[in-house]
Amino acid sequence: MAKLKLALYWAATCGGCEVAVLDLNEKILDVAAAADIYLWPVAMDYKYKDAEAWPDKFIDVCLFNGAIRNSEGEHLAKLLRAKSKVMVAFGSCACFGGIPGLANVADREGVFARVYGETPSTDNRDGTRPQTSFAVPEGELTLPHFYDTVKTLGQTVPVDYFLPGCPPAAKQIWAVVQAIVAGQLPPPGSFVGVAEKSVCEECPRVKEEKKVTAFLRPHQVIPQPEKCLLEQGLVCCGPATRGGCGAQCINANMPCRGCYGPTERVTDQGAKMLSAIASIIDASDEAGVKKVVDQIVDPLGTFYRFGLPNSLLTRVRV
Amino acid sequence: MASCKATDAVYHVEPPPAGRKLRELFYSAHYVHSHIAHFYALAAPDFVVGPEAPPAERNILGVVAKVGLEIGGQVIKHRAYAQEIQATLGGKATHPVCGLPGGMSKALTEEERVNVEAKAKSCVEFGKLSAKIFNDVVLANKAYVDLILSDAYTHKTYYMGLVDASNKVNFYDGAIRVVDQGGREFGRFAPADYLEHVGERVEPWSYLKFPYLRKVGWKGFVDGPDSGVYRVGPLGRLNASEGMATPLAQEEYERFYATLGGKPVHNTLATHWARLVELLNAAERLYELSRDDEITEPKVRTIPTARPTEGVGVVEAPRGTLFHHYQTDEKGLVRKVNLIVATGNNHAAICMSVKKAAQGLIKAGTKITQGILNKVEMAFRAYDPCFACATHSLPGEMPLELLVYDAGGQLVQRATQNMD
Amino acid sequence: MSGENSFEPRIIGFLCRWCSYQGADLAGTSRRHYPSNMVPVRVMCSGRVDPTFVLKAIADGADGVLICGCHPGDCHYQSGNFNAMRRYPLLMKALEQFGIEKERVRLEWISASESEKFALVVKEMTETVRRLGPLEWNRRVFQKGQRKT
Ligand code: SF4
Ligand code: SF4
Ligand code: SF4
Ligand code: FES
Repeated sequence: MAKLKLALYWAATCGGCEVAVLDLNEKILDVAAAADIYLWPVAMDYKYKDAEAWPDKFIDVCLFNGAIRNSEGEHLAKLLRAKSKVMVAFGSCACFGGIPGLANVADREGVFARVYGETPSTDNRDGTRPQTSFAVPEGELTLPHFYDTVKTLGQTVPVDYFLPGCPPAAKQIWAVVQAIVAGQLPPPGSFVGVAEKSVCEECPRVKEEKKVTAFLRPHQVIPQPEKCLLEQGLVCCGPATRGGCGAQCINANMPCRGCYGPTERVTDQGAKMLSAIASIIDASDEAGVKKVVDQIVDPLGTFYRFGLPNSLLTRVRV
Repeated sequence: MASCKATDAVYHVEPPPAGRKLRELFYSAHYVHSHIAHFYALAAPDFVVGPEAPPAERNILGVVAKVGLEIGGQVIKHRAYAQEIQATLGGKATHPVCGLPGGMSKALTEEERVNVEAKAKSCVEFGKLSAKIFNDVVLANKAYVDLILSDAYTHKTYYMGLVDASNKVNFYDGAIRVVDQGGREFGRFAPADYLEHVGERVEPWSYLKFPYLRKVGWKGFVDGPDSGVYRVGPLGRLNASEGMATPLAQEEYERFYATLGGKPVHNTLATHWARLVELLNAAERLYELSRDDEITEPKVRTIPTARPTEGVGVVEAPRGTLFHHYQTDEKGLVRKVNLIVATGNNHAAICMSVKKAAQGLIKAGTKITQGILNKVEMAFRAYDPCFACATHSLPGEMPLELLVYDAGGQLVQRATQNMD
Repeated sequence: MSGENSFEPRIIGFLCRWCSYQGADLAGTSRRHYPSNMVPVRVMCSGRVDPTFVLKAIADGADGVLICGCHPGDCHYQSGNFNAMRRYPLLMKALEQFGIEKERVRLEWISASESEKFALVVKEMTETVRRLGPLEWNRRVFQKGQRKT
C-alpha cells in the first residue's frame, strides 16, 4: 500500500496542538512508518512554494490547527484545502475559534489601541501602528492583514472532520490516526476522537439532585473530592460539553471549561450551558433568581470560552 | 505559571509551602519537556544531522536515524515522563488547570509522588546523557565549535533572567537581574517594578513589539552598552546569574564558560548548550522536590480573602522572562492586561542576529544555497522555533527573504524560504 | 422625518399559546391597536423558549425579542414559566456582554385576558427599540467578519 501523504499546519495557535501530536510519544514513529509528512512547519523545513507546486488533492490528510485571525491564515487554509483530499480541523481553535477567538470581544482597532497604545510598557508617542505594507530602503516590507473577527476553519473553508480539544487528548489523536490509516473514517462532517455523550457521562463524581442556591468561583472554595462540582456550586461546563477527554480537568479537582465544544445536536454551547445552569437554580421568584445569577460574574467568558466565533452571534458588537 | 503568580498578587495571597513547591515541581517538569522538545526536535537537526543536510532529513526523524533508535527512544520516553508528571497535577500537560490564586487545585498523593520520583531520577540520568551527546557530537567537532564561536553568530548585549537570593538561576521565582556586556550587574529588581526597567517600541513592519531597557534607552537595532537591547532565554539566564542551584548543572555551567571563553558568552548558538545545562538543572530540581518532606502535604491552597486589585507575575518561561500584569475590578474580573512574552524580549536581538548571520555568511559572489539559508535561519532557531508564541497572532512558520545587494545597491540575488 | 424615526424595528415575539398568544388574539379581535412590528411566534410554553431561539432571532436580524408567558403559578405545565424566569437574567447578562442593550429583550407575564397589557407592552417595546436604532446583527455585526483591515 502506498504511504499516506500527511500535512500538518498551524494558523492562529498556541503551539499546544503541536505538542499534543508529540504526545503520541513512541507512536509518532508508527505514524512516520505509515505516512510521509510533507508539511509540518514546527518540526520540519519546508517552503510555501513546495505546497503551491503540489497538484490539487495531492495530500491525503491535512491536520490544521489554529483559528483564522489574518489573511495569511486564510490563504494557507484555502491553499491546503485545495491540496488535500481530507481536511481535519484539529483542536478547539480550528473547530470553534478557541482561546484566540475570545478576541472577538474587540475588533482590530480595539486590539491595536490597547497593544500599541495604551499598555503601560509601550513607548509609542508617535502612535506608530503596524502596516500591511511599509517601504524601507531595501524594498517593501509586508505584513498579513489583521482581521476584525477571528473565524473558525470551517467558516473559512469546507472541513471534512472536526477533532476538538484544547489540545485534543493524545489517545484520541491516536484513535483518529489509526482510523485514517485503516481508511475507516466516519461520514464527512463528523466529529472524530470524541465520545458520544457529554463530559458528565465520563465524570467519576457522584451526581445526586442538582439544586444550587449559591454559585462559587474556583478560587473561593476547596471542593469535596467525590461530589459533582456543579452541585457544589462551581460552574462546570460538563453538561453542555462533548466528552472524549476522560474528564481530565475534573480529575484535577477543577470544573470542565468546555474545551471539547458543544454536544451533538447543540448549536450554541453557551445557550445550552445557560439553560443547564438556570435549571438548577434553587429559587422561584425574580429577586431570588437574580441574587444567584449575580454570582455568575462572566457568562460570556465562562460559557463561550472556547467557542465565541462558533456561537450564533460569533462576536461582540462594538 | 506567570498568570498564577499574577493572580496571587492580584488577590494578595501566598500559596502554602506545599502549594508553592508543587508549582515548582510542575514547572520543573515543564522545563524538562520543553527543553527536550526544543533541543532534540528543533535544534539537534541542525547540529546532529548537520546544518547543510537536505531539508527532508533535517528534522527529528533524521535525528533519530543518526543517533540511533535507542537514544531516540530515550528522548521520547523522558519527554513523555515530564508530560505525565504535569498531567498528574494539572489534569492535562498542555493547558493545565491546577493553578489558582493562592496555590494549586490538587495535592500530590504518596502513590503519585513515588511515581514522580522514579521518573525524575531517570530524567536526571537523561540530562547527563544529553550533555554527553552534545559533548561528543557537537563539541568534539571543530567545525561546529567554530560555527558557534564565529562572529556571524555573536552579539554583545545586556542579559536578563530571574535569580534566587544568591543569584543562582531560578525558573519559578526571584528577582530579575540584568547584566551588561562585561557580565557586571546592571540592575536587580522586583518583578512588580518591571515598568521602570522595560519599555517596548513599536515598528510599523512588525506586529510584535521590541522591548528594551528603559534605563539605557532604545537606540535601534544595535548592540553594545549604549543600546537597550537585551537578551533572555537559556543564554540570557546563565549570563545574568552567578551559577546554578544544583550540583550537576553547576558542573556543566562551569564547563560551559570554561570552554567558551568566560562570562558572559555572547554567542547566540551557545544557547543550545545553555539549554542542556538547564535541562540538567530542571531535572535535578524535579528530583529534589519529589523527595521533599512537604510535597505531599494536603494543604496546597490558601483561599484569598483580600479585595482583588492589581498584580504582576513573572517567571522564566523556557524561552525567557515572561511578564503578566493584570488589573481587575472588585470581583477579580480582569479589566486590563499587559504581557511581555519570552521571545518578545528577544525580538530586536533576533532581527540583529538574522541580519548579522546573513552578512557574515554571504560575501560578494557567494552562491546562496539551501544550506546558507538554513544557517541564517539557525540564528533565529536558537531563540525560539516560532514567532506565533510571541505574537499570538501570526502563523508560526518562518518566511525568510534574502535580498543580496552589491556595493552599488544593485540587487544581485534573491532567495526565499517559506514565502509565496 | 429624521432617519431614526423612519426605522421600523423588527421584533420577534415568542408567545405562549395558552396565555399571551390568546391575549394577542383578543387584542386583535377587540381592535386594540398595537404596532405591527412584532412578528408573533406561537410556542407551547414560555419554558420552551430555549436561549438558542433568542440568539437565533438576533443572529437572523431581529432588532428586539419579546418572550411572553403565563403569570407565575398559572403555567399550563406547572413550572415552565419558572424555567423561563430562571434563564432570563442569565441570558440578559450574557447579551449585555455581547453589546446588546437590555431593553431589546424582554420577558413579560401576560394572561389570555390581558389584551390591553399586551398591546401596551408591544407598543412600548417598539418605541424603545426604535429609539435604540437597528441591531441588524446579520448585516452590521457579521460584516465585521468579512471586512479586511
Ligand atoms: S486548541 Fe488549544 S492547544 Fe490547540 S492551538 Fe488552540 S489553544 Fe492551543
Ligand atoms: S457537572 Fe461537572 S462535576 Fe458534575 S458530573 Fe458533570 S462533569 Fe462531573
Ligand atoms: S474536562 Fe472539559 S475543559 Fe477539561 S479537557 Fe475535558 S472537555 Fe476540556
Ligand atoms: S404554559 Fe404559558 S408559560 Fe407555560
